[in-house]
Amino acid sequence: MNLLVREALVSFRRTRTLSALSVTTIAFALFVTGLFGLVLVNLHRALEEVAERVQVVAFLKRDTPSQTISAAMSDIAAFPEVLNVQYVSEEEALQRAQRELAEFQSVYRDLETNPLPPSIELSLRPEDRDARHAADVADRLRGFDFVDDVRYGQDWVQRLDSLRNIAGLVGLAIGAAFALVSIVITGVTIRITVLQRAREISIMRLVGATDWFIRGPFLLEGAIKGLLGGVLAVLLCAGVLVAFKAQHIGLGIGLAFFGAGEVALLLAFGVLLGFTGSLISVGRHLRRV
Amino acid sequence: MIRFTKVTKAYPTGVDPAVKDVTFHIGRGEFVFLTGHSGAGKTTVLKLMFAEERPTSGDVRVSGFAIGALGRDEVPRLRRRLGVVFQDFRLLDDRTAAENVAFALEVTGARPEGIPRRVARVLDQVGLGGRGEAFPRELSGGEQQRVAIARALVNDPPVLLADEPTGNLDERATRGVFQLLCDINAAGTVVVMATHDLDLVRHAGKRTLEMRDGTVVFDSSADATESW
Repeated sequence: MNLLVREALVSFRRTRTLSALSVTTIAFALFVTGLFGLVLVNLHRALEEVAERVQVVAFLKRDTPSQTISAAMSDIAAFPEVLNVQYVSEEEALQRAQRELAEFQSVYRDLETNPLPPSIELSLRPEDRDARHAADVADRLRGFDFVDDVRYGQDWVQRLDSLRNIAGLVGLAIGAAFALVSIVITGVTIRITVLQRAREISIMRLVGATDWFIRGPFLLEGAIKGLLGGVLAVLLCAGVLVAFKAQHIGLGIGLAFFGAGEVALLLAFGVLLGFTGSLISVGRHLRRV
Repeated sequence: MIRFTKVTKAYPTGVDPAVKDVTFHIGRGEFVFLTGHSGAGKTTVLKLMFAEERPTSGDVRVSGFAIGALGRDEVPRLRRRLGVVFQDFRLLDDRTAAENVAFALEVTGARPEGIPRRVARVLDQVGLGGRGEAFPRELSGGEQQRVAIARALVNDPPVLLADEPTGNLDERATRGVFQLLCDINAAGTVVVMATHDLDLVRHAGKRTLEMRDGTVVFDSSADATESW
């Protein structure tokens, strides 16, 4: 083990420029992937914020006895998709309309009777804020005979769904492409390191080192380079975000950075890149010698 | 120790095989010169011995290993029972003489605590006691070759293969390295030395296998050849 670490460090020291180049290459590959990840994270967050507004509203028939409503509400609250349920009486609905639709304030004030029906407003659990679950809940609500009508903004919920699907798909495709490019670039860089140490590898083989013994220091070296590249990429991403926020105060203010899990993922991807790149490069080299 | 039986080695790109139908046997304690012009097949014969190449046909046996059937993971086991030295020494320039020798022990998983003692002993044996901390660039050609020989010997192999070990050396260094190889042989190690230095061969009085165009055309120990 000591020997493994020592050889990896010796190699690092001996090929300083090349090692720095490998780390930088991995860092930039991960930086691009990370930037794209940042866009995705923020897009996802924005979509989640929009999705929070997904609400199913059941308009009730007037004069429904309050006992019936409160009994039904506890049933409705027990729906697996439902996060919370709120009863909005006719009066509350009118007050809210007066407050929110200021242009029509005078119209509402002059009314002799309240035209707005009482309603039950349901918000859904985050994972169920899509068209299918909203429609399901709406159907079940229609089954109550005191429910007059159910609305959940079908159109825009469906649009939100397809937006989410597209974002996910594009994210996956571009993310995979970036990852692939990173692997290729990293592999090429590490291959140069391997070629530079071809003489050493041939001597190791000559004196009877096993293939795994020869690979060991390279794999460790690759993993360390990947980790350093990952750290650099995270710092670069953070730098870009800070710079962007400073330039676009107002617009950038709500932008989020990666969570700890996502940072760990990016670093792990860096380690994997360095490790796999080394494994492939050394493996190919060993097969030829 | 080493037995070639009707061995042919052809390269995909070559018109003629590098080695054609070669048969010989080298027994325990022998010192054998492999001679011939450049391209005669000497190096290929040596490469077949340490499994750098595999025979196209025929049978190569070295220290009990059948080279043709040797799996990739068995090659290190063979190499630990062989010492190999080359004309260009093949030392690591950024490591001292002692580190170069120790490297051969370290990569084969030798116990670390025994390494300095073994390195010092083998450096003494090749006449470089006290030069262990020198880097290859600080050593003469003859001394560098001695380091390479020390590295080849440090695992106490029963067979030492040397491909033109004196090819880059002046006459004095050549004599010194050759004497060292003779001493190593006297201690019981089989030595196979490829060389085109006919002067050296003539005056040494050792068994000689002469190669031409991939075949063995002369074996000074004709009896041994006939018996195989």
